[in-house]
Amino acid sequence: MVQVSRHDIVIVGGGGAGLRAAIAAAEANPDLSIALVSKVYPMRSHTVSAEGGAAAIARDDDNEELHGFDTVKGSDFLGDQDVIEYFVENAPRELALLENWGCPWSRNEDGSVSTRAFGGMSTKRTWYATDKVGFHMLHALFQHSLRFDNIVRYDEFFVTKLLVEDGRCQGVAALEIRTGEFHAILGRSVILATGGAGKIFPFTTNGTIKTGDGMALAYQAGVALKDMEFVQYHPTGLPGTGILITEAARGEGGYLRNNKDERFLVDYDYGVGDKAELGPRDMVSRAIIQEFEAGRGFEGRYGKYCVVDLRHLGEKHIDAKLPFVRELAKIYIGVDPVHEYIPIRPVVHYMMGGVDTDINAATELPGLFAAGEVACASLNGANRLGSNSLTECLVFGAVAGRNAIEFAQGAGEGNSSALVSQAEEEAARVEALRGNGRGNEKIAGLRHEMNSTMEAGCGVYRMQESMQIAATETRSIRKRAADLHLKDSSRVFNTEIVSALELQNMVELAEVLAVSAAHRKESRGAHTCRDYPTRDDQSFLYHTLAHRTDDGPRLGRKEVKLGHWEPQERKY
Amino acid sequence: MAESKKMLRVEISRFDPDRDEVPKTQEYEIPVQDDWKVLDAINYIKDEVDPSISHRWSCRMAVCGSCGMMLNGEPKLTCKTPLSDYDETIKIEPLANFPIVRDLVVDMDGFMDKFRKVKPWIVRAKARAEDMEDLNEKGTFSQSPDQLATFKQFSMCINCLLCYAACPVIANEPEFIGPAAIALGHRYNLDSRDEGQAERNSIFRGEGTVFSCSFANECSEVCPKNVDPAAAVNQAKLAAVVDWAKGLVLPREGA
Ligand SMILES: Cc1cc2nc3c(=O)[nH]c(=O)nc-3n(C[C@H](O)[C@H](O)[C@H](O)COP(=O)(O)OP(=O)(O)OC[C@H]3O[C@@H](n4cnc5c(N)ncnc54)[C@H](O)[C@@H]3O)c2cc1C
Ligand code: SF4
Ligand code: FES
Repeated sequence: MVQVSRHDIVIVGGGGAGLRAAIAAAEANPDLSIALVSKVYPMRSHTVSAEGGAAAIARDDDNEELHGFDTVKGSDFLGDQDVIEYFVENAPRELALLENWGCPWSRNEDGSVSTRAFGGMSTKRTWYATDKVGFHMLHALFQHSLRFDNIVRYDEFFVTKLLVEDGRCQGVAALEIRTGEFHAILGRSVILATGGAGKIFPFTTNGTIKTGDGMALAYQAGVALKDMEFVQYHPTGLPGTGILITEAARGEGGYLRNNKDERFLVDYDYGVGDKAELGPRDMVSRAIIQEFEAGRGFEGRYGKYCVVDLRHLGEKHIDAKLPFVRELAKIYIGVDPVHEYIPIRPVVHYMMGGVDTDINAATELPGLFAAGEVACASLNGANRLGSNSLTECLVFGAVAGRNAIEFAQGAGEGNSSALVSQAEEEAARVEALRGNGRGNEKIAGLRHEMNSTMEAGCGVYRMQESMQIAATETRSIRKRAADLHLKDSSRVFNTEIVSALELQNMVELAEVLAVSAAHRKESRGAHTCRDYPTRDDQSFLYHTLAHRTDDGPRLGRKEVKLGHWEPQERKY
Repeated sequence: MAESKKMLRVEISRFDPDRDEVPKTQEYEIPVQDDWKVLDAINYIKDEVDPSISHRWSCRMAVCGSCGMMLNGEPKLTCKTPLSDYDETIKIEPLANFPIVRDLVVDMDGFMDKFRKVKPWIVRAKARAEDMEDLNEKGTFSQSPDQLATFKQFSMCINCLLCYAACPVIANEPEFIGPAAIALGHRYNLDSRDEGQAERNSIFRGEGTVFSCSFANECSEVCPKNVDPAAAVNQAKLAAVVDWAKGLVLPREGA
């Protein structure tokens, strides 16, 4: 039996993007009912872990031309310039709203909001709340959302399918984790705000919930995924755990050093230019790998590493601006950055790719919108600039909320019984998985295989051959994931079935990622091929689209929206 | 990767409401690595030994607040607590003072209601459009670093519930709104942008809120984020009394 509920719009995801969308929708019309569905309580969403800051023009020495061009150049000219212009224009208003809603932004003496330097940003435009920015933003958004009675939460509900009828998206099928019951949550439009997919890889800054569910939901519903080959490696993750040491550590003046104690970014020319430590992430990550290859990395139990040096900043500055970095370094690697180096290595951090959306946060499926890390609005192109994505969650979360409301107001209720019977079919599929002792594949085992395949094939540096191998292997892993062996047959809070569903989502995305990567025979932004070391605008200045077929992704192309910033060589 | 694998006995509390009347304990003997946190041991068991264990976790960096449990009887964040703090045996149970949903997972509904009760958002006297004159040209309120510092500590709560598990008042009086909710309400009362003190103070003068607190201070001792909810409760008590004694509702000085 499927429980049926009806709302005007359904939002999947309670992170920065989902909450912002819910608030925008609730404000747009207090009479409409908004369902907010999340597999964890909203304040647990991984937005909570963001450390460094959120970008928006704040100072007199800054303007839209500068923030826009920094973003276009950071994207290696794969960003859509209409989206970028809209973003930089609306970013300051969004961060100011968050201020009005209680976010404790760090302040200047005169009471104005303070900003800090960030990689690839030509001036100080990153707003911050010490180094717990995502935490404060998420809690401010969540707490503000509680004042709206028309936001109806479904906490700890796992969405397994989009309900599509009559050519438009009209709701979701979801498993209530706590009871094991199945639900059809219907609405006249749906927003995906489910975040990224870092857990495809073994070594990531992402929490365990970042399994790309929304990307898989859209893909399975026939919607294209875009630019999935572009994976951001953050230069500074703690070896072993992958816990992030924020770029703000360098923004506040920290150095990167190799085992010769050299500030190698300054001493060698890696294309990062005179910005050295404040270069864009793709370039700095490559520089670190080159240090490893040249034998200038340290050796540790988790392989090679370089170090972040904050000692010269002094205890007072570190405690004032980077208290979380100090806390994390002490707890998770046993060093106090006031006196010691912090070991780091490049770590999978962010998906530039995602569900293909446009400036309206709309997808190709009528009634389906997407925002935040799950979406690829093409703000970030081939390489995201640090601190643009928290702001992106707000700017495009709000766009999605408003447009989903508008769509819902113009759409009828549709055929409920057809939607419910789809949900019933889906319930049966999921139910068959529960405690399924007939399967042959172990969840953890297959996850490890997927993880190591992706690391070997789609790392910081890539080769045609290794990407091809990853494409072939992920295809077979995807097929094997249909045959999972489960042991827990209980109804209540069965987390094994959730892990199984997450793994089935991830293996789809891993394949799309590997296939998209293997097809792009050039180096652009975060996608760096040893055998095709330069950018090739003649052949590859387009977005990669991937549509699902049973034999794997069918690739297509989408034009990059250029504008007044002409593609040029990317130099810093 | 690990040089020497030590063995550890892990006792985990198990409960499935469809099968069990009361929780039972299950024992696992597992190899552990010297740099593991307690959460790593639970995840090892779930991945390699017994996939039927249910627990909540996500960030593994002490910020999402999901992974609080009782470790040898004390409420702790499992992703923050080193396994090396425990010799030979560790007993892992769900947070005390909450109904158990399953194994190590507790029911948070009651907490979420308490949380909302303190109006944890910026309350303004005027409707938004007229409020604009209080904003600067960038659309933000002015707030000095000192004004920020008055409430910052109380805004650091990750809703991990450890303080509820430690609170002797909650143990006897489950309706007590509790340390984290009071700290949160007080955080907004102290925020220079907020004008909701009168509303919240009258909530705080109601049954089962600040005056139920018996000054045990356990909450602040177990808090993994140094929020010091006990201090918030004390300050909130005083403010609620002063506000009442004044017998009238004034916006806070300087607001
Ligand atoms: C450690 C770290 C530090 C970062 N620092 C910065 C920074 O300083 N600046 C910056 O700009 N960016 C930063 N980022 C990136 C940025 O934080 C993220 O891109 C952004 O927060 C994503 O927000 P989101 O709302 O899209 O997704 P999330 O916050 O991940 O939320 C996803 C939501 O979807 C829900 N969900 C997912 N799947 C399902 C499902 N199947 N059913 C139901 N619900 C589901 C989840 O429960 C959750 O509520 C950082 C990222 C990390 C990992
Ligand atoms: S006050 Fe401290 S212990 Fe209590 S919920 Fe908040 S962070 Fe956890
Ligand atoms: S897993 Fe997030 S606080 Fe422990």
